[in-house]
Amino acid sequence: MSDAAVLSITVNGEPRRTTAATIADFVRELGLKVAKVAVEHNGVIAPRSTLEDVRLAEGDVLEIVHFVGGG
Amino acid sequence: MTDSATDSWTVAGRTFTSRLIVGTGKYKDFAQNAAAVEASGAEIVTVAVRRVNISDPTQPVLMDYIDPKKITYLPNTAGCFTADDAIRTLRLAREAGGWDLVKLEVLGEARTLYPDMRETLKACEVLAKEGFKPMVYCVDDPIAAKQLEDAGAVAIMPLGAPIGSGLGIQNKVTIRLIVEGAKVPVLVDAGVGTASEAAVAMELGCDGVLMNTAIAEAQDPVRMARAMRHAVIAGREAYLAGRMKTRKYADPSSPLAGLI
Repeated sequence: MSDAAVLSITVNGEPRRTTAATIADFVRELGLKVAKVAVEHNGVIAPRSTLEDVRLAEGDVLEIVHFVGGG
Repeated sequence: MTDSATDSWTVAGRTFTSRLIVGTGKYKDFAQNAAAVEASGAEIVTVAVRRVNISDPTQPVLMDYIDPKKITYLPNTAGCFTADDAIRTLRLAREAGGWDLVKLEVLGEARTLYPDMRETLKACEVLAKEGFKPMVYCVDDPIAAKQLEDAGAVAIMPLGAPIGSGLGIQNKVTIRLIVEGAKVPVLVDAGVGTASEAAVAMELGCDGVLMNTAIAEAQDPVRMARAMRHAVIAGREAYLAGRMKTRKYADPSSPLAGLI
């Protein structure tokens, strides 16, 4: 049953385990709003419009960023 | 003739009334930050792109306090030391909210945070080709400014002094030369420490001033934000008014005729 599979992925440099099927699912699992973040998936930007569709795979590397205060 | 009531400036096709851009770093909290932005009258704020806190995602975020629908977010590349890092950061920024107006800065070293112009130019060219509108932090060098313009910079943003130093505008001549030579807006970015220094930048003919630390590290940031708002307007008005010529000696203001 692939949907229930536990995947080991790397998120912002840290190892995580998740059962989320897509990037958007995973972002929500973290408690974040998909509309407020940008995601790099294995070194390539994942366009916002695709976040609901891109499926996570074992060993995936994600960078999830947002805006913070800065000069 | 420019009517000061309708004075505005345009960058990459977007028109703004306020000539003050403020940063959103170093504040005590988001509430103070938001109050300072409000007091400054700024219509653009710079923001940084960083990893989300995955261990505590419930922490408040900037967007909860400063609404990107009301205030234009200008994503920066602070902390990037190579063109590739800066480009990667801004591609992510664009994905986070569709921004193409961005602040490009590629730093050369941590001690001075001086820009690395070779990397900056490289990044500027790539970004412009990808449809970004880069406003570029740079050295106060009129030739570098020209090269940036040729590389697609939509605004030239020379430093007045090192980032966060508050030393004021160190070289008024180079800032003036950049202003005279540029076809795109010129904004002093970094170095302003207090209101009079913001006025100096505007009196030199700059289109605007960008600052963060001068407001955030003032004893009363909200009040300093208001001071900066007035200083930028005053400096702009003085520039438009055209200052008097200087004289070597005194010239009385009251008539000499009719003295008793």
